[in-house]
Amino acid sequence: MDFVNQLQRKFIDYSSSLHREGIVDDQFTQLRKLEDENSPHFVMEVASLFFEDCEKLINNMAIALEQKQGVDFKQIDECIHQLKGSSSSIGAMRVKNACIAFRSFSDGQNREGCLRCLQQLSHEYSLLKNKLQTLFRLEKQIVAAGGSIPRVH
Amino acid sequence: MSCSSGTGNFVKLSGLLGEIHRCALVKMSMNGKFPASTCRLPANSRLKKAKEIMHRSNSFKKWNRYLIFLWLLGFFSVGFIWFLTSFNGVPSEGTEKIPPSCEDNARILLQHFNVSKNQLHALASFFYESDQVAFLECSRHSGPEKPSSDDITCALNVLCSKKPDFEKQMWVAKSSELKDQCPVRVENTPSAHDLSFPEHDSYVVLNAVSSLPWEHHTSRKNISRRTAPGVQSKDHCENLSFCMVKGCWLLLVGLVLSCQIPGVRLKLWRSRESEPAPLQPVPQKLQLLLQQKHQQQAQGPPKGAGKWRKKLLIIFVLMGILTSIWLFWHLNQKINLRREETLTNMCDERARMLQDQFNVSMNHVHALALLVSTFHHGKHPSAIDQKTFGEYTERTAFERPLTSGVAYALKVLHSEREQFEKQHGWTIKKMETEDQTLVQDCLTENLDPAPVKDEYAPVIFSQETVSHIVSIDMMSGKEDRENILRARATGKGVLTSPFKLLKSNHVGVVLTFAVYNKDLPPDATPELRIEATMGYLGASYDVPSLVEKLLHQLASNQTIVVNVYDTTNSSASISMYGTDVTDTGLLHVSSLDFGDPLRKHEMHCRFKQKPPLPWTAINASLGVLVITLLVGHIFHAAISRIAKVENDYREMMELKARAEAADIAKSQFLATVSHEIRTPMNGVLGMLKMLMDTDLDVVQRDYAETAHASGKDLISLINEVLDQAKIESGRLELEDVPFDLRSLLDNVLSLSSDKSNDKGIELAVYVSDRVPKVVVGDPGRFRQIIINLVGNSIKFTQDKGHIFVSVHLVDEVKGACDVGDKVLQQGLNLVQDMSSKTYNTLSGFPVVDRWRSWENFKTLNSKDAVEDPEKIKLLVTVEDTGVGIHLGAQDRIFTPFVQADSSTSRHYGGTGIGLSISKHLVELMHGEIGFVSEPGIGSTFSFTGSFAKGEVSSLDSRWKQYDPVVSEFQGLRALVVDNRSIRAEVTRYHLRRLGISVDITLSMESTCTYLSNACGTSDFAHLAMILIDKDAWNQERVLQFRSLLKEYRQNGRLNVSTNFPKIFLLATAMTPLERSKLKTAGFVDNVLMKPLRLSVIIACFQELLGNGRKDQVHRKKSTLGTLLREKRILVVDDNKVNRRVAEGALKKYGAIVSCVEKGQDALDKLRPPHNFDACFMDLQMPEMDGFEATRQIRSVETQVNENIASGEASIDMYGNVSYWHIPILAMTADVIQATNEECMKCGMDGYVSKPFEEEQLYSAVASFFESG
Repeated sequence: MDFVNQLQRKFIDYSSSLHREGIVDDQFTQLRKLEDENSPHFVMEVASLFFEDCEKLINNMAIALEQKQGVDFKQIDECIHQLKGSSSSIGAMRVKNACIAFRSFSDGQNREGCLRCLQQLSHEYSLLKNKLQTLFRLEKQIVAAGGSIPRVH
Repeated sequence: MSCSSGTGNFVKLSGLLGEIHRCALVKMSMNGKFPASTCRLPANSRLKKAKEIMHRSNSFKKWNRYLIFLWLLGFFSVGFIWFLTSFNGVPSEGTEKIPPSCEDNARILLQHFNVSKNQLHALASFFYESDQVAFLECSRHSGPEKPSSDDITCALNVLCSKKPDFEKQMWVAKSSELKDQCPVRVENTPSAHDLSFPEHDSYVVLNAVSSLPWEHHTSRKNISRRTAPGVQSKDHCENLSFCMVKGCWLLLVGLVLSCQIPGVRLKLWRSRESEPAPLQPVPQKLQLLLQQKHQQQAQGPPKGAGKWRKKLLIIFVLMGILTSIWLFWHLNQKINLRREETLTNMCDERARMLQDQFNVSMNHVHALALLVSTFHHGKHPSAIDQKTFGEYTERTAFERPLTSGVAYALKVLHSEREQFEKQHGWTIKKMETEDQTLVQDCLTENLDPAPVKDEYAPVIFSQETVSHIVSIDMMSGKEDRENILRARATGKGVLTSPFKLLKSNHVGVVLTFAVYNKDLPPDATPELRIEATMGYLGASYDVPSLVEKLLHQLASNQTIVVNVYDTTNSSASISMYGTDVTDTGLLHVSSLDFGDPLRKHEMHCRFKQKPPLPWTAINASLGVLVITLLVGHIFHAAISRIAKVENDYREMMELKARAEAADIAKSQFLATVSHEIRTPMNGVLGMLKMLMDTDLDVVQRDYAETAHASGKDLISLINEVLDQAKIESGRLELEDVPFDLRSLLDNVLSLSSDKSNDKGIELAVYVSDRVPKVVVGDPGRFRQIIINLVGNSIKFTQDKGHIFVSVHLVDEVKGACDVGDKVLQQGLNLVQDMSSKTYNTLSGFPVVDRWRSWENFKTLNSKDAVEDPEKIKLLVTVEDTGVGIHLGAQDRIFTPFVQADSSTSRHYGGTGIGLSISKHLVELMHGEIGFVSEPGIGSTFSFTGSFAKGEVSSLDSRWKQYDPVVSEFQGLRALVVDNRSIRAEVTRYHLRRLGISVDITLSMESTCTYLSNACGTSDFAHLAMILIDKDAWNQERVLQFRSLLKEYRQNGRLNVSTNFPKIFLLATAMTPLERSKLKTAGFVDNVLMKPLRLSVIIACFQELLGNGRKDQVHRKKSTLGTLLREKRILVVDDNKVNRRVAEGALKKYGAIVSCVEKGQDALDKLRPPHNFDACFMDLQMPEMDGFEATRQIRSVETQVNENIASGEASIDMYGNVSYWHIPILAMTADVIQATNEECMKCGMDGYVSKPFEEEQLYSAVASFFESG
């Protein structure tokens, strides 16, 4: 059980580091609380939905911003709104913040700013993805080791 | 007189000016209270305007200025008028000159009369030797000589026999008298009567009837001639006065105009501000129109207006200077003209008189000639011989005062010479020197006989004075010869050219008359005249004495110099009279007619002195110049003043704009700063909230809660700081909400406890039992006041003593005699406890008498019995043992930004606004604030405030947080051990709030006694705690207690383990280490840190007494679970992540969740009949957003409901539900008021913010599902 304990400790440390670094916020904890026997992989499920959604939206925006003749800022705005909504739903704080910055640029029809923000956004996104995937891996390991995932209070 | 009429004009003008001034003065004294005064003069309106120009505050100064200005104006106008009247004086001098000339006339008249009289006299003397016939003839001849007599009669006094004749003649004289109408005659007649010759038998009465009409005529002519200059001078005066009037008006108009100009702009302002009154006098309207015109011009930039004004001023000054120059020129010319006229008049007068005199003399000589003709040649033998002639001429010499002598020469032809010489006995002698005929004083015997000539004119008769010329042939002198020839040819008197008379050494002329042997007709030819010539009568005239005499008779002969010239030879005129004088500029020449047409004489008149400087002209022009310059200066000053004021105004506007900008910037700064503070404070508060949600022990929780509460207080304080502006502007309104006064005071205490603990000051609060639990008022403002006062007290209290806040009802202190409250009693008993070295106060330090702090309150002193029973008045006292306020500063501490001492802010900081704000707030609460302070002892501030009694049930939930806990302690008993009764009271107050009944003992010893006494009673059984103050603390005693208690318990057969009284220590400052030491040592069960407050006590007690009930979160969660369990909920969100999260969250609480991602889908799903219990709707969705979807859902529902209600559709069709209304909750990220309102407007029932928060979700959902 030592191994499981170790894993669990690691999991807790890792998850609190995510909080500390501001990658996720309280909402993520709330989501974790929603996991129960009926839906044990609720967070993972939501996260994967989010990743999927996010990649699509980022791609869309990148294509839209590539357009030499007239960027469709309305489309970008919609994408950003979507992304912001979903990121705040899963509690991806840094992605959400990046979205907010992005939004202000797209409102100002600032293509350069948007491009910079898009870069920032994809950076944040990949960071989040990495971190969360690591977390999920840990989770899986714990489960595989026969332990229970530590509940957050 | 026309001049006087001119003067009258000026008087009128000056009167007008005076009126203006008076009006102006009246206006000034009224200070413009009657803008539409009856005085409609420009000056007045100018003043009015001027008044409006000036600002009210310094209007007095301005009026002073105007007063001075007006005074100057008045002075100058008076000066001007004076000057003009003096100017009028000049012509009147001219009139004054007339009387002398009148006198002259009179004198001349008299003279003439005298001449006639003299002639009569002469005739009378002649009668002495001649008879009447000759007389008649003579008188006929000499008619022209006596022009002033109508007639001459000769009355001979005949003795007795001739009496009737005489009588007859007397009658004639009488009748002539009657004919006479001259008043002079009356005088004259007696004098005529006086002309008697008493040495003769007969006397002659000569009566001359002076022809006064003639005299009248001349004098009238004279007068008319005199008046001519008068008329001229009148014209002159009129002219001048007209000019003056013109000048004055010009000046006035200039003044008015130049005055109006500066006023125009301000007038513009005024007219913009207020429409002119419709009932304005016409002149004012005109003026207004003029002003509007001016305004249009003046509306350009003010600088341009200023330049324009300056130009006008320069033009005005130039015009003034030109006017003065013109005036000078004009007046000078007038003066010169008048001078010239005067000279002309005088000269003409003199010339005429001279002429007249000369003519009179000439006539007389003519008469003499006729006499000679009559009596010498007309008689045979001649009635005249040398003796007779000499005598006669000598006697009548007074008639010819100007002649030095007369002589008669006979015409002797050469053929008759010998006979003539023989007859007379002498030879005709030749004149030695031609020019000195009459003045030769050598003997005639020495002279040579005259050479042979055609004819001779030897003198046969001569006056005694010139008897030496007898026998001299007058024809031998060239001059005389010419004269004789001319005289006999013309039959008139002829004159020689002037020559020097030897005897008198004067320049003289010789007048020669021819004597004819018969009466010649006036148109006789010269040949006839020569033929008839018998002889020649010559008279020499002394011209200088003639003129001298004449001039002496005339006035003002000093002022002019008279020269008489013979100008027969125009190229070389011979001076007859007068010295050569230097040219004094003005010269007038009058021609003289001495009766000889061949000879021309002229009189030259000059003024003796050079013309004096024209002072009048100089004065007038200088006056105008000075006035102009002064007025110019005044207006220049005014203009520059206006310019300055305008500049200042612009500057002020700029400054004002800047100040306003700064004000806005300040507001923005405040807003920004407060916002900036709030943002991190929100973080702090959020984190504290989160901290409180974690598992904390009681102490930690209290810390966290305190921090949280303090943070909240800070936020509210920031708001309060912003509210200060509202207080200042009077916009602050107090709330009326129920609140728990005691909790509020606890909050205040907890907020201040850090500082007081740091300083080691004891902080305590006490609320009287009679104060209701809940009062209605503004808790925020109430707290603000207390925080201010407590903050001040903490600030000014150093390291010792206490701060004690107590609240009582005002009624409690109204009657000092029956004070039930122990804390209030303390104030009264202060003096009594002096013996015990320490004072009976909270900390044992002396305090000021709190009763004095409110003794001036009106509410306390008034015996107003009628009071609203629902209203209560609270009296709050904050007592400290600080430095106190020194007496000098006590009366100004409520002034904003004023601190008791300027050094205060150095020592203690602060702005000094706190007390001022407190005072305002207290006033808003209809209360009063007062204080008493003694330096070195401390201060006590008191204030009252009106509140309403409140119901406990009406209390907001935030005041209720301890309610469930309080009940846990109900019925317990506590023992407080404290050596200070006040402190014990405070502790008792707090414990009583928890429903714990309290006993007090003053020392450990008495506690033992108490315990032993109480042992066995029911009270003792309920004794749950003993609270010992640190001051009364004694470790041994405590141990003794413990054993004692154990003993009693066992004796009392009580369950030791469950109901053993806990011992608490009450301490002000104690480190955690000390505390844990005490705890672990087992002396005490826990330490209560002061200041005491409910939360601390509860926490402390709960830890020991209570069962450690866990937080209510679980309870809530379960509530939410039961609420949502088995509910069918539709989630509408386009974002699948959101959807999933919402789904997860709701499923967590047992709801059955369906999801759609479009508004349209939701519409389909929710079309009745359906089995959803609620719908969570995202607001921002593509295609159809939340608002639109909700609206459509609602419209469908309405349709269905109507159908059901009208029976068109049966209930069965819609699942047996009679009324369809699905609760729709908006899901939104931004919870702002506007969104919220819009949600409600489109038919939503509420909203939840994303991401879901349990509490919010619960409260939002509860309202729908709790009932159902």
